[in-house]
Amino acid sequence: MIRLEINGKRQNVDLPAETPLLWTLRDELGLTGTKFGCGMALCGACTVHLDGQAVRSCVTPISAAADKKVVTIEGLGTDPVGKALQAAWVDVGVPQCGYCQAGQIMSAAALLRRASKPTDAQIDEAMSGNICRCGTYTRIRAAVKQAAAKQGGAQ
Amino acid sequence: MSPVIVANVSRRRFLQGLSLSGLVLAVGYPSAAGAQEAKKYGADGMPNGWVDDPLAFVSIAENGTVTIVCHRSEMGQGVRTGMPMIVADELEADFKRVRVAQAPGDEKKFGNQDTDGSRSTRHFFEPMRRCGAAARTMLEAAAAARWNVPVTEVEARNHEVVHRASGRRLGYGALAKAAATQPVPSRDTLRLKDPKQFRYIGKGQLKLVDGWDIATGKAQYGIDTRLPGMLYAVVARPPVYGGKVASFDPAEALKVPGVERVVQIEDSPPPAHFNPVGGVAVVARNTFAAMQGRRALKVTWDDGPNAGYDSAAFKASLEESARKAGNAVRNDGDFAAAAGSAARRHEAEYYVPHLAHATMEPPAATVRIANGKCEVWGCFQSPQAARDLVAKRLGMSADDVTVHVTLLGGGFGRKSKPDYAIEAAVISKAVDGKPVKVTWTREDDLHNSYYHTVSVEHLEAGVDTQGKPVAWLHRSVAPTIISTFNAAAKNEAPFELGMGVINVPFAIPNVRIENPEAAAHTRIGWFRSVSNIPHAFAIQSFVAELAAAAGRDPKDFLLEVIGPARSVSPEMLGDTWNHGESPERYPVDTGRLRRVVETVARESGWGKKLPKGHGLGIAAHYSFVSYVAAVVEVAVDDKGAVRIPRVDMAVDCGATVNPDRVRAQMEGACVMGVGVATLGEISFKDGRVQQDNFNSYQVTRMDAAPRVIRVHIVPGDYSKPMGGVGEPGVPPIPPALCNAIFAATGKRIRQLPIRDQLKA
Repeated sequence: MIRLEINGKRQNVDLPAETPLLWTLRDELGLTGTKFGCGMALCGACTVHLDGQAVRSCVTPISAAADKKVVTIEGLGTDPVGKALQAAWVDVGVPQCGYCQAGQIMSAAALLRRASKPTDAQIDEAMSGNICRCGTYTRIRAAVKQAAAKQGGAQ
Repeated sequence: MSPVIVANVSRRRFLQGLSLSGLVLAVGYPSAAGAQEAKKYGADGMPNGWVDDPLAFVSIAENGTVTIVCHRSEMGQGVRTGMPMIVADELEADFKRVRVAQAPGDEKKFGNQDTDGSRSTRHFFEPMRRCGAAARTMLEAAAAARWNVPVTEVEARNHEVVHRASGRRLGYGALAKAAATQPVPSRDTLRLKDPKQFRYIGKGQLKLVDGWDIATGKAQYGIDTRLPGMLYAVVARPPVYGGKVASFDPAEALKVPGVERVVQIEDSPPPAHFNPVGGVAVVARNTFAAMQGRRALKVTWDDGPNAGYDSAAFKASLEESARKAGNAVRNDGDFAAAAGSAARRHEAEYYVPHLAHATMEPPAATVRIANGKCEVWGCFQSPQAARDLVAKRLGMSADDVTVHVTLLGGGFGRKSKPDYAIEAAVISKAVDGKPVKVTWTREDDLHNSYYHTVSVEHLEAGVDTQGKPVAWLHRSVAPTIISTFNAAAKNEAPFELGMGVINVPFAIPNVRIENPEAAAHTRIGWFRSVSNIPHAFAIQSFVAELAAAAGRDPKDFLLEVIGPARSVSPEMLGDTWNHGESPERYPVDTGRLRRVVETVARESGWGKKLPKGHGLGIAAHYSFVSYVAAVVEVAVDDKGAVRIPRVDMAVDCGATVNPDRVRAQMEGACVMGVGVATLGEISFKDGRVQQDNFNSYQVTRMDAAPRVIRVHIVPGDYSKPMGGVGEPGVPPIPPALCNAIFAATGKRIRQLPIRDQLKA
């Protein structure tokens, strides 16, 4: 049994310790908002927060998440920064297919937490690990800036 | 081999033995007049045509909620917002009170559902308008009956019907029941809005219907399906096209905790069709256990006849073919004579490799079989094909198969081929019908795709003393998509030639287009904008090369090669396909092509002074009956690293339903075009794909994407035919980018991807 805390809720899972957090969330706990894209931390679709840090859940074994706070896209809205990002995403019309956007928003939330007024270079650095095949990058940048502005970090 | 002539190619028409199926209408309307015509165009020419029956698409609850069915698949183009918006506008429904329901795969009820070819809006704008107008008429009739007044005295306005004289009003909810019993009005009596009255169409003020669900992680994709008692499967597939399982040993796989079953999937010799390639499935308690089980599985493959497929050797063979005369598919004037007497001759060859779609959501499907019925859930661009093929594989009637269409995490043509649905059906059947979800890993997706073709484009021109071309030869050599359905096919089909090579509308008197043969050694399929990619890359690069040789401005030279504004019959150009559209309604309009060039040049500040190391490149291309031109600005540093500060795109797709999504599609197409130009390559060695994941199959990321993309939409007229939007933004980008690199560095790129060709 491995004890996890996900979006503020304690859960026990009976899985091998090396099972990635991604598949535990999706298949065992029914939290499908976190997406599979590559399985090798190359695309960012599976990004979640582990004690506030953005991590790729596809390469994070549940043993490494035990007794830490996991936040997924489903739980991000309770955080003002997360909610502002979600609103900006809708307002700017960022999503096309939308599949990668949960991971994008999770990466953006971690960025805004450490840099409330991110520069373009900081946005590039924080977001270039997240692939969007629809090519929504210009709108992602605009939405990150809009959310930052709404949070008082206006440029 | 029987000749394969595809008049109006649907990705599914191949399934039906190329028969021309008639127009099928749902209950409510008599069959369309003129259905006997030999050749049908547009939506009429697609399997199961179109339906405009309001009873199929619109339902109204007594609380006033209007539910509108979207029968096309959402893969990022915005169709689940756009289609219902059209219905809602004519219906005078308040979009805040509209819910969107996704149609299952059922073309008899809803009309064609093949979401491909950039045709949802252009084929269904009019039928969806009629759906909304018919439903509105029924609501008005119900209100008039309730008040016992002539229907001419009432009018639907923003979710209620108003009696003009008395000011009485009834909401749509209050009228719902009575309206449903009204006769469906005949098509010829429908009163469509004057476009000036549109509330939503063309305005772009509505947010995406799925936007909030996407941003909060609630949106459901094919890979997200969960059913009680569901098992999870991954499949070990033959690494070589046409290969099969020689032997396998499930023992080690079955020892992995969580693995429940190992199931062989029948091999499928070429042609691939939409069939699974076969292999061995590992079925487990969760996806990770299935993946671990597959790692432990021992399979020996018989690689078959394509075991020697090698991209480097194949490229050389394509080049050899491209340098010899081939089958002429268009011949205006006399190329040889004109080139022979020309002042100068130029020649160049361009190469575009195989590509994989790499949709962020890999293919995934779930199947459950119970009580003689089969249910399928998945991300399908062609849900009716999924239904028919699953039924066929299971030996069931299609009537007993239901296909639920989820959101698609990207499509780009990959998800037009529902091989993964058939895999899930075979595995579910093997485990007594239990629900089974098949998930493809990224490696699976890259190793067993339906790849974009690989091509060599050989161009020659004879120019006059001013450098203007008087003779044009284009030899296009590429394995055809037809090979996926007929293994012997070696020539580009009319629909591939019609993607910009045969129908090049230049003002050049002597034009010869040739198509030497090329055999396929892997599954070739549709990739967003398809053959337009290599054709536009070659043609628009070559025109820029001729401009440079003549010492002319590339934009002025391009306009001169396009020639004066005129309407050109596609048939005169030898294009019998014309993107499936009527040659009369959709001629090639060089005036529109000129206008996007002029627009993008003006808006981008063409000719402006640029910093050192920067350059502008221009390209234009006509595809999917739309016109797009692009100006790319690059900055190349002294180490050869390329940045793209800005791209301008001008698009003329006729009138628009949702201009914000037209912009979004152009932006996305631009990024995909940059990826094709700079990074994209699938290569084969020993029959096997050499790329495994996003480390070796690279795609454009934010730091390399254009920093600014400005989209300029040429205003359209709702009385004129619409063009496509999803695909035509891609083709002009690679040549515009390479032309910009030439402007910045003097280095001409003729082989994609650019990768490190510029590196010092």
